Amino acid sequence: MKPLDHSRMPDSFGASNPIISVSGLSKTYASGFQALRKVDLEIRRGEIFALLGPNGAGKTTLISIICGIVNPSTGTVTADGHDIIRDYRPARTKIGLVPQELTTDAFESVWATVNFSRGLFGKPANPAYVEKILKDLSLWEKKNTKIMALSGGMKRRVMIAKALSHEPKILFLDEPTAGVDVELRRDMWNMVRGLRESGVTIILTTHYIEEAEEMADRIGVINKGEIILVEDKHVLMQKLGKKQLTLHLQNPLADLPADLRSEHLHLSADGADLIYTFDTQSDETGIATLLRRLNEHGIHFKDLRTSESSLEDIFVSLVRGRS
Amino acid sequence: MNVYGIKAIYLFEMARTWRTLMQSIASPVLSTSLYFIVFGSAIGSRMAHIDGVSYGAFIVPGLIMLSLLTESISNASFGIYMPKFTGTIYEILSAPISAIETVIGYVGAAATKSVIIGTIILVTARLFVDFSIEHPVWMIAFLVLTSVTFSLFGFIIGVWADSFQKLQVIPLMIVTPLAFLGGSFYSISMLPPFWQKVALFNPVVYLVSGFRWSFYGVADVDVGISLGMTFLFMLICLAAIWWIFRTGYKIKA
Repeated sequence: MKPLDHSRMPDSFGASNPIISVSGLSKTYASGFQALRKVDLEIRRGEIFALLGPNGAGKTTLISIICGIVNPSTGTVTADGHDIIRDYRPARTKIGLVPQELTTDAFESVWATVNFSRGLFGKPANPAYVEKILKDLSLWEKKNTKIMALSGGMKRRVMIAKALSHEPKILFLDEPTAGVDVELRRDMWNMVRGLRESGVTIILTTHYIEEAEEMADRIGVINKGEIILVEDKHVLMQKLGKKQLTLHLQNPLADLPADLRSEHLHLSADGADLIYTFDTQSDETGIATLLRRLNEHGIHFKDLRTSESSLEDIFVSLVRGRS
Repeated sequence: MNVYGIKAIYLFEMARTWRTLMQSIASPVLSTSLYFIVFGSAIGSRMAHIDGVSYGAFIVPGLIMLSLLTESISNASFGIYMPKFTGTIYEILSAPISAIETVIGYVGAAATKSVIIGTIILVTARLFVDFSIEHPVWMIAFLVLTSVTFSLFGFIIGVWADSFQKLQVIPLMIVTPLAFLGGSFYSISMLPPFWQKVALFNPVVYLVSGFRWSFYGVADVDVGISLGMTFLFMLICLAAIWWIFRTGYKIKA
């Protein structure tokens, strides 16, 4: 049975009316480096989309083009129905960006820099709203502090506050938790969930697969400038996930009986564990047969456990497979 | 029109001016005072009047011009160079603000600062020498026009420069010599005939001459030509900026 491809299913969530639509997007830098190759991608309204990929895969280039920082070579992008080049004003008004690097002014106060961002994006001053953002991000006590006096984690919060200052509908987080401590990472995840609940669409890139696993509704994998897969997170894990059954034996084995040898069955180095790998998608897992045959050989076990492969394993096997 | 965006950039840049008040304002005042002590009092007392104006008074417009040029260029170039250098330019590029609006914000602030400094120097000069202003409206017009034009030029340098050294090289190697040779401290009619012709290729000659005319009603070149040349230079700068934003030159990959 083929798994359902959720990414192609129209639903009330707005798959037929994506908030961001990228088509045929390519980018070749002046150095000749081709960062993106004919990328097609649709982001649904209100979802959290995680873009995964190794360093240099094109994640930041893709985001930079959508946000107007880098010119595309070919292809088009629309944000909430507006072409990002022809109708850049309405398109950019909808978008907030938290870039990867901690690029902030040094001498400005937190309060001044967040209000600057709001004005820059064409919104009239709204001290009450800015106050709310700063409080949500635990920055309110630091509002009069110069940015250069803040810690790295606090600067990251300032950059998020700047990106949210103009009430965007789409938020890009480029490696939001790189170099961030566990506590702030948790805070950030909670904040992202809160934003999604208020209707903001979130696109995040990350190295941390646990982050995508924890946060995302859908996952896209990019490698060498190409989107190699876009899939609902659960479907992806189900489709590509492998399960392992580990049997802890009563008496360690020196070697596997010859007729049990297969690529799916391994004996641990100390001979105490038998590890059987099976595909969650196949109808016949082979577990029943394995147990029966072990019994025939007089091999008994005293404990068993199963484990699923994480998104990280899936990701590594995908990227390796293509390179 | 993103008026809030222009205002945000303008106020951001002006905040930088107020933060660096000492170096922004104290240093031009100090250097002008020194010029007056050295050129105005020490040397000026031995110089004959030029075009019926005492030497001390004669150099006032030239000194103001000299400061306007250097301050406009350094302030505007620094203003756009810093976001490029630190990376904060990402925010300007991703904002719903047009190239023209961005330039109005940056260049407007740089020119404002120059006009403030020019005015302060004018007042300081009054403490050292006696002078009158024959055409005050034209004087203000030249002050503003020069500040805007050279702030545009500074903006271009700031975009072009990819190191602090490059940021300094044009003001230091080109503008300062042109300003000194542009008749700030003398009338070009005092030069030998050949060098008078050469001087006419120096754009600063027209600025200083026009500005001096607004003070004393005397000029090296016709005031209409002065005005025309200033506008021409402004147009060249505007065209260059238009090209920069159209191609993304050194701003956008």
